[in-house]
Amino acid sequence: MKTDDLIDILSMNVEPVDHRQIVRNIGMAVVAGAALAVGIVFFVLGPRAGLTTVAAFIPALLKVVVTLIILVPASIYLIRLTRPGGERRSSVALVASPFIAVMLLAALSLIFASSYHWNGAILGNEWLECLISIPLIAIVPFSVIVWAVRQMAPTDLARTGAFAGLVAGCVSAIGYAVHCADDSVPFFALWYGGTIALCTFAGWKLGPKLLRW
Amino acid sequence: MAANEAELRALMSAGLAGDATAYRALLGRLSANLRAYYKGRLARIGRSATEAEDLTQEALMAIHTRRHTYDPAEALTPWVHAIARYKLIDHLRRTRASLADLPIEDAEEIMAQDDLVGTESAYDLTRLLSRLPDKMRRTIQLVKLDGLSVAETANQCGISESDVKVSVHRGLKSLVTSVARKGRL
Repeated sequence: MKTDDLIDILSMNVEPVDHRQIVRNIGMAVVAGAALAVGIVFFVLGPRAGLTTVAAFIPALLKVVVTLIILVPASIYLIRLTRPGGERRSSVALVASPFIAVMLLAALSLIFASSYHWNGAILGNEWLECLISIPLIAIVPFSVIVWAVRQMAPTDLARTGAFAGLVAGCVSAIGYAVHCADDSVPFFALWYGGTIALCTFAGWKLGPKLLRW
Repeated sequence: MAANEAELRALMSAGLAGDATAYRALLGRLSANLRAYYKGRLARIGRSATEAEDLTQEALMAIHTRRHTYDPAEALTPWVHAIARYKLIDHLRRTRASLADLPIEDAEEIMAQDDLVGTESAYDLTRLLSRLPDKMRRTIQLVKLDGLSVAETANQCGISESDVKVSVHRGLKSLVTSVARKGRL
């Protein structure tokens, strides 16, 4: 085939395209993923006892807000990464900083608590459930996000995959916070932070296979 | 160099808005840049000009099918370069060449040279088209190759205009996929 023939084929009846489609599609995938995650937690695990009372609502809300602080910049970077060459304009440090802040906060709260309480603060009542649920639930938003990213053109597949995993992990953690009744900072840092990091790692590994175009 | 970027960017913006003439001019200019880029990179590792032409066409198809990922607020050169380099790396990985041979490069290099001497790529258009379902093949033939309007094609094939559009769109998509798959063998 001659390249000129190909150009003829490609350039006739060029439909207008909208460059804002990326922002819209990825944004919609994240929102849909979040709705699915919350839905799954709500109907499968059930909301935590007394979610409507202040004593349960405030800690749940805090967990959601802190996760959002990671989720929002991660989503913005994910959108950037889905454009060719977008990897030049993303900084891992900015996204990692809320993680580090939460870890420091957890370490501080452990230092000031007596070691007698450490076990309860770190393991809570349901650490195993948290460890399993967040990555498992994350599969659903991850699939939706990967599907959306595949319509785009990321050129650094591992990094894009990692951010897709990070966003999916955060979305899943937000859903899980509706159910989770362990509110200590060390618990949150270790099990939420750890599982979100695990999702990021899985995305980093899967990215080159799933996102190729 | 800067003038080149500005011109190409204007053509791209017009093309994204649906201006076929501007878009055709853009693809023509980019194909010369891409050809020079790929020929240079591949010659260094002893590959043929046909391979460079294959890659030029793959990159053009990628630019076309992924054109919605270009943000008009950003420069065009890095966007084109990222696609060109991605396709090059993908190709070298597929054909098991060493990536160590590939030097770190500057985005501007993609526009540094152009090469208007096209050879035929290994993709046979007639054969590729013949693999498509009947309706897709006919609509692509009429609209894209014979240059008929959508309305005329609809008339000739006895189907609705939106049917023609969908059929051409799907046909081109599977054309691009089959080229991509062939490259992967």
